[in-house]
Amino acid sequence: MKERFDAIVVGAGPAGTAAALTLARGGWKVLQIERGEYPGSKNVQGAILYADSLQKLIPTFREEAPLERHLVEQRLWILDDRSYLGSTFRSPDSKDGQPDRYTILRAQFDKWFAKKAQEEGVLLLCETTVLDLLREGRRVVGVRTDREDGDVYADVVILADGVNSLLARKAGIRPELGAGEVALGVKEVLFYPQDTLEERFGIQGDEGVAIEMVGKITRGMVGTAFLYTNKESLAVGIGCLLSDFRREKIPPYVLLEHLKEHPALRALLRDGEMKEYTAHLIPEGGYKAIPKLAGDGWLIVGDAGMFVNSVHREGSNLAMETGRVAAETVIELRQAREPLTERNLRRYRQRLESSFVMKDLRKYQHVHEVLDQNRHFLTTYPELVNRAAETLLRVDGVDKRSKQKEVTQSFRKHRSYGGLVSDAVKLWRAFR
Amino acid sequence: MNEVEEKLYQNRYRLDAGRPHIRIRNPEVCQSRCSEKSCAACCPAGCYTLGSEGGITLLTDGCLECGTCRIICSEFRNVDWEYPRGGFGVLFKFG
Repeated sequence: MKERFDAIVVGAGPAGTAAALTLARGGWKVLQIERGEYPGSKNVQGAILYADSLQKLIPTFREEAPLERHLVEQRLWILDDRSYLGSTFRSPDSKDGQPDRYTILRAQFDKWFAKKAQEEGVLLLCETTVLDLLREGRRVVGVRTDREDGDVYADVVILADGVNSLLARKAGIRPELGAGEVALGVKEVLFYPQDTLEERFGIQGDEGVAIEMVGKITRGMVGTAFLYTNKESLAVGIGCLLSDFRREKIPPYVLLEHLKEHPALRALLRDGEMKEYTAHLIPEGGYKAIPKLAGDGWLIVGDAGMFVNSVHREGSNLAMETGRVAAETVIELRQAREPLTERNLRRYRQRLESSFVMKDLRKYQHVHEVLDQNRHFLTTYPELVNRAAETLLRVDGVDKRSKQKEVTQSFRKHRSYGGLVSDAVKLWRAFR
Repeated sequence: MNEVEEKLYQNRYRLDAGRPHIRIRNPEVCQSRCSEKSCAACCPAGCYTLGSEGGITLLTDGCLECGTCRIICSEFRNVDWEYPRGGFGVLFKFG
């Protein structure tokens, strides 16, 4: 395999495929390498797909991509041990009449997306693990794979090898991840007859519902849970900072079982046929965790570059965006006959800084610290708001003013006036 | 079957027999120096089990390739973690 390519893309997730597809359209000879049996076979997500970043690459994706349901309803639940207080937003259409959020199954979606790149001329090599980067001096000139005679050369290597990015660590591009920089998520996919799901969630046709959950289900750990409707299945999962799992020593699957047994979910989930159990790390370090993004002959995209906006549960869109922008950057450089050096490739980061990618990540860069240092947001408040709702809703002969007083006192007792005010300020500053 | 084995049973794997992609570098370190043994609690596939003598046994057959064990073993860096050979390991049907 002494062949030479213009570019090698390591990984066939949304970031790698967006990069490969963009390069191929720019006339580049691209080799994309995937370690799984097929693209998607190693990939895990909730999963919600946002239309915007995909639409820029494949405007007609709605007609051909394997989409599950488009979201018409999003619920946010704050859970106590037995109850929850929640909000619901439901709207049949989006602004321009086209749905903009879909549930997907990544194993199927990624396969389709990679096929679109192949149609543009990308050569996809599956069942091949990249072991290391090949260098000449400082410059990356190719990759070493686990195939026989497995060295392949190219002008540029794009690392889209996911959150663990062993390649980036081996090459000294990025240090080992810290347990506080990633969340561990576990998920099950449970199958049902389609009409059962539609009745249970009040949806029809391709409509879908997403439920995001916070509160005592994570036992004080920084994390969230979710329940998404697919066409014939539900995805239910929970994720918390890995540093919290390590401290609490709660097996993730035990946490997931408790979530499924919560009175708020039990009825929604009953009689499902569980067909897959998955686990995956999610970059949570935000803006500060983003490593050096390019060097002589290489760029890094997607989860490997820690591009996840955990506040808005966005990741696959940032993956596609960074993949596309990385590809556009190198295409432009070559057109201008400029070499793909570290200095020139700085334009990749500059372009991201002026896009929503870095703007959003910068905006929320303090959220994790605030939650980490204020665990009562995850335990005390869910309990307080749930008890408040219960107190106010129960008709038991106690007059309403006394009930109001009881609620106010319960908040003051647990957090004091000063505590309440400072909590409000902290939250405002973290999310503003 | 315990709780996690029942879950893993639903997954599809192609096992690379005799070639585990994760190894404990020095089992002695787990047994006598590591007091945390976080791997036994945090691995989402329950690949790490705590023996009666305080040692850790690693069986990678059910591995979900998430990377948790490698990252949490930060005190001793005693986990040698590679991806399985191309085409081997867990193969997600839905992801």
